[in-house]
Amino acid sequence: MADAVLFEFLHTEMVAELWAQDPDPDPGPGVSAGPGGGGGGGWGGQKMSLSVLEGMGFRVGQAMAERLPRETLAFREELDVLKFLCKDLWVAVFQKQMDSLRTNHQGTYVLQDNSFPLLIRMSSGLQYLEEAPKFLAFTCGILRGALSTLGIKSLVTASVAALPACKFQVVIQRC
Amino acid sequence: MAVCVAVIAKENYPLYIRSVPMENELKFHYMVHTSLDVVDEKVSAMGKALVDQRELYLGLLYPTEDYKVYGYVTNSKVKFVMVVDSSNTALRDNEIRSMFRKLHNSYTDVMCNPFYNPGDRIQSRAFDSMVTSMMIQVC
Repeated sequence: MADAVLFEFLHTEMVAELWAQDPDPDPGPGVSAGPGGGGGGGWGGQKMSLSVLEGMGFRVGQAMAERLPRETLAFREELDVLKFLCKDLWVAVFQKQMDSLRTNHQGTYVLQDNSFPLLIRMSSGLQYLEEAPKFLAFTCGILRGALSTLGIKSLVTASVAALPACKFQVVIQRC
Repeated sequence: MAVCVAVIAKENYPLYIRSVPMENELKFHYMVHTSLDVVDEKVSAMGKALVDQRELYLGLLYPTEDYKVYGYVTNSKVKFVMVVDSSNTALRDNEIRSMFRKLHNSYTDVMCNPFYNPGDRIQSRAFDSMVTSMMIQVC
């Protein structure tokens, strides 16, 4: 039972660490260039932290997709892969299944989790809504990494309407 | 028991290939390369035939007069190909399956290694020693 909490603590520290290390490095020239320049530097750093988190999640997802479907048989189609993500992967990482999976059958899937374990400790409503996306970047990476190992190139984004429910949108990139 | 073991990536380039009698390496490389066609054929046949038994183990790919070639595909489309000596008739199907299972487990460990970038050649010594243990019975 304590194992789930270890990952939550580690994740919280990861987000805190990556965010703490980009206070705006030179406020001087930024200030003289106007709010646009200084604001641009700050935002650029935040975007990089989000993509660093997502990259970490990507590598973890790749390894998990290799290790998890060991005895299960080969996946026949895309929907099978998404179902595997919602059931087996989510249970392995968060000890619960995804609450709902919807699709438009044209390459877009929406995975909804009504009580996301990484957000459930923060609030249950609209407080801290702006801070929530940082805590979802790593998980988006896990989804994208797992899909990529299983042969599906995709783009994963997350959105929060009200904590702790969140939606992950997976768009399959067919080229 | 195996004479040659190869791990082939999704894009059909070798991640790891090793054969025991060091002289005829090229012949084994060629055999593995030609067996990839058979693997692809089996994998696509599995998709079309509505067989419930979607197995990872592909079985005997093709026999030659000296050697037999076995295949196994993982869910991430990484293929393992094993060439065994035909004279070793005591080798049963479950033994081959268990060898592939050990290979799959070791490959998963390699993937989970943070120092390994997916897509690079496998240089892990642990993987090497596991493959040696599978090949060393040939004398």
